[in-house]
Parts: sequence; C-alpha cells; structure tokens
Amino acid sequence: MPRSTQFHRRLASLFSGHWVSPVVFLILWEGGSRLGLIPKSTLAAPSAVIGTLVEMLTTGELPDNLWVSFLRVAAGLVIGLSIGIGLALAAGLSRQGEAAIDPIMQIKRTIPTLALTPLFIVWFGIGETPKVALIAFASIFPVYLNLYSGIRGVDVRLIEGARSFGLSRAEVIWHVILPGALPSLLVGLRYSLSVSILVLVVAEQINASAGLGYLVNNARDFMRTDIIVVCLLVYAALGLGADGLVRLIERRALAWRPNLAEA
Amino acid sequence: MLAETNFTAAFPVSEPVVRLRDFHRSFGANTVIDGLNLSIAPGEFVALLGRSGGGKTTLLRTLAGLDSVGGQDVLIPNSRAVVFQDARLLPWKKVWRNVALGLKGPGVRERAEAALNEVGLGHRIDAWPLTLSGGEAQRVALARALVREPKLLLLDEPFAALDALTRIKMHALVLELWRVHRPAILMVTHDVDEAVALADRILVLDAGRIVAEEHITVQRGERGDVGRVLRQRLLGHLGCEITSEHVLSAVDVGASILPFPQGASA
Repeated sequence: MPRSTQFHRRLASLFSGHWVSPVVFLILWEGGSRLGLIPKSTLAAPSAVIGTLVEMLTTGELPDNLWVSFLRVAAGLVIGLSIGIGLALAAGLSRQGEAAIDPIMQIKRTIPTLALTPLFIVWFGIGETPKVALIAFASIFPVYLNLYSGIRGVDVRLIEGARSFGLSRAEVIWHVILPGALPSLLVGLRYSLSVSILVLVVAEQINASAGLGYLVNNARDFMRTDIIVVCLLVYAALGLGADGLVRLIERRALAWRPNLAEA
Repeated sequence: MLAETNFTAAFPVSEPVVRLRDFHRSFGANTVIDGLNLSIAPGEFVALLGRSGGGKTTLLRTLAGLDSVGGQDVLIPNSRAVVFQDARLLPWKKVWRNVALGLKGPGVRERAEAALNEVGLGHRIDAWPLTLSGGEAQRVALARALVREPKLLLLDEPFAALDALTRIKMHALVLELWRVHRPAILMVTHDVDEAVALADRILVLDAGRIVAEEHITVQRGERGDVGRVLRQRLLGHLGCEITSEHVLSAVDVGASILPFPQGASA
C-alpha cells in the first residue's frame, strides 16, 4: 500500500511540473500535423523541424549563416556599447557632459531605431554597413540610459565617505562610482543584447545573401515553414544565450550582493 | 568637579589640532553656523550635543573637510577620519579592502588586518560588508578610521543605529582605541548619557553657536554622581524642561547607564 501511494504521489508531482504544458502542446502540434489538420505549408510538424535542423547542421548551412549573423551582431554591439558607455561616462561624470549629451539622447530615445532603416539604407547602401550600423545604433541607448542613471544614482553618502578619507576625484570614480554603477550597466547590457538581436532580424531583411535573415527570407519564398521554425528556434537560443552570458557576468562581478542567489 | 559654564570654548595651552575662529556658514538666507569658536587639543575627547538643525552636521562636515570653508580661519589636521552613523562601507569591496580604502604602499593588507584585529573582527577580513551585522559594520568603520592613525577622529552619531547592548560594547571599544591611539575625538551625539560617559568636554550647539560647555574631570566609570547633575544641566541647555518627577525617573535611567564598565571589551 505505501509503495503505491508513493508511486501516485510521484506521478502527481511529475504531472504538476512546468514542463507538462509545453510537451502537451508539442504532442498536439505533432498530432495535428500527422492527421493533416495543420498543412505543411502553414506550419511544419515538430518532427520535420528537428529533421531539418539536423540536416542544416550537418550540411553546415546553419552554422555558416549563424556565424555571419553573429559577426554582424558582434560588430554592431562592440561599436554601440563602446559609444553608449563612453557617452554615459561623459554625461554621468561631468556637468558639461550632461548638458551636452543627455538632452540629445533623451530626444533620440523617442524615435524607434527601426524607423531609421530607410534612412540608413540611403546613407549606407544595402551591404553590410547599414546592418551593423542599425544594430550599433540600437544598442547604444539601453546601455547609455542605464549606465547614466546608475552613475547618477550612486549613493552620495558613499561618495562623501570616500572623500572624507582623502580620496582624489579619480579614486572616488574608480573605487566608488564605477563599481556602484556596475549593476545598472549590466541591466543596460542585457537590454542592449536583446535589442541587438531584435534589430538583427529586421536588418537582415535588407538584401542579405547570408545570415539567419537570409535563410528566413529564402524559406519564405519556397514556403519552407520547417526552415523558418528552425530559424525562430535559433533566434530564441541566441536570446537565451545572451541572457545567460550577462547572468554569468553578474554572478562574477556582483558576488557581493547576498540576494543574487535568489534573483 | 565641573567647570563653570561659559559661552566660548576655552583655548587649551598646547597647540590645538582643530581651531575655528568666528566661523560662519550659511545656505542662502539661512545661517547655520554663526560666529562659532572652537578649539580641540591633541588627544582630547569632545562630545557635541545639540538639537536637530542646530548646525551639528554642518560643523562636522566642515571639520571633515567635505565643505569648502571659503577663506575663513579654520585649522583642521590633514590626517583625519570620520565614522558615520551608517557605516558607509562600500558593499562591493571586501571588509579589508574597505579598511584599506585609499591607503598606499606595501603591506596594506597587513595594516588593515591589524586594525581589524584591534576591533575584534580579524576573522571577517574577507567578508562582504552586506553580510555584517550593524555593530560589526560600525566596528569595521572604526578600523577604517583608525588604520590611518588620524590626529582627528570625527564620530557622527556612530552608535545611534545600534541596539543598547551593542552600543555599550562600542563605547568600551571606542575608549580603548582612544587610549591606545590618542586621536582628538569630536563625537556628535543626541545621547546626553553617552556624552557624559565618554567625553572630557561636552559642547552644546544651538542655532549655530556653542551655548554651553562642560568639562568633566571625574574619571570615566565614576561619573554616576556628577553625571546626574550634569545630565540635568545639559538637558536644560538643550531646551528640555524637566519637572521634578521626570528628573527622578531620568536619574534612575541615568544611573543604570552611567557607571561605565572599565576595561570591558566588545
């Protein structure tokens, strides 16, 4: 008797897990496809998607195009983050910098980056440049806004405490202000990463001959919904990976926060 | 053995570590400090009492060198350190790095460790500040101040946020450290009993002026009797009217706090 109740309890806890509903969803999807309720041209079955994924991996089609997209994001991020961090430091650490930079940045914030796509095409053509430029441009703002407010939000009492021990302005910036603004910087970094992937999707629709966006566009023309779903999965994986990367940095850089484990 | 109350702080014979002459400070139309004279001798323990808004914080900031004095006659030593009410440890630096903040040269960790041992926290040298209790954080702040061997140690209501028991231990620790290192101390406090128990001299600051000054020559730990009288007088200076009934209860409370445990360690 006790063994069977234990079994029942395990069974019950097994089916109350968070994984249940996604699996049921996948089963329904697969079943719907096999019964012909979901036509292949509308949405490929999960099994077909996995088959396509494996095929695209073995032929190298997916890794090659992913690499091209990755380079675009990386280049855009390096440029955008450098500019964003530089501007935030200038605006956060000096009154003149604030007066010169912040108003423009706040005005720019109201314009959606993707609305600038036509202008960027006019300026930079349809090659790699507008793609990288769009990603760079979009990733400036999250990191700028968060780092700037992080610098301004550093506890004044800590700054005064450090000053009372005779620390110079540079030492105060290095020991107090920058570490104090680091959590905000990482929040901005996380937003910048997810924005860069979002912009990548759109930027790669501009006359791409390689990359994830190229794969999607091609697949659309041939109604290959399986390839489209594979690319969606890859986008999701990129987003997850970016988030995981920032979490990893946070765990290392913010080890002093006792509540990080719960976050 | 109480000196007569007079209204300007006496100038000690030896060269003072702190000297302010006719010091003024105002914010806009609001005069916070108005013609203040203050002199603190080397190694002297001065307590500064006063109501909120009486200029205590402004005076402390001036002595800490946090505000510019605008060419007034102000002498403060270069080596000075502050312990604030909130310990103000940098949460992203381990305890010993907080103690060593701004120190240069070799053996910084050893110096920090020695200071932490002095306040009984040698075992928390590599801890993160946010894992410390309030009393521990305040002891780290003391170590951080003392590692600089300051000529002037400023204490800004350093025990106000601590529970009564921890506060008593901290009093003992501060006295012990003061006896060893002999900095001049200016302690800002709201607590009349604390001032009477610890200080050589008590100043009452009100409306930007020193309105009362009391010297205590009785040894610490034997101040029960004079303390009672002094306490009442100081409360009077602070504008706290006491009826005879209140005095009685105040004395009862005072008696339980004032006899200071000599040599008690935290």
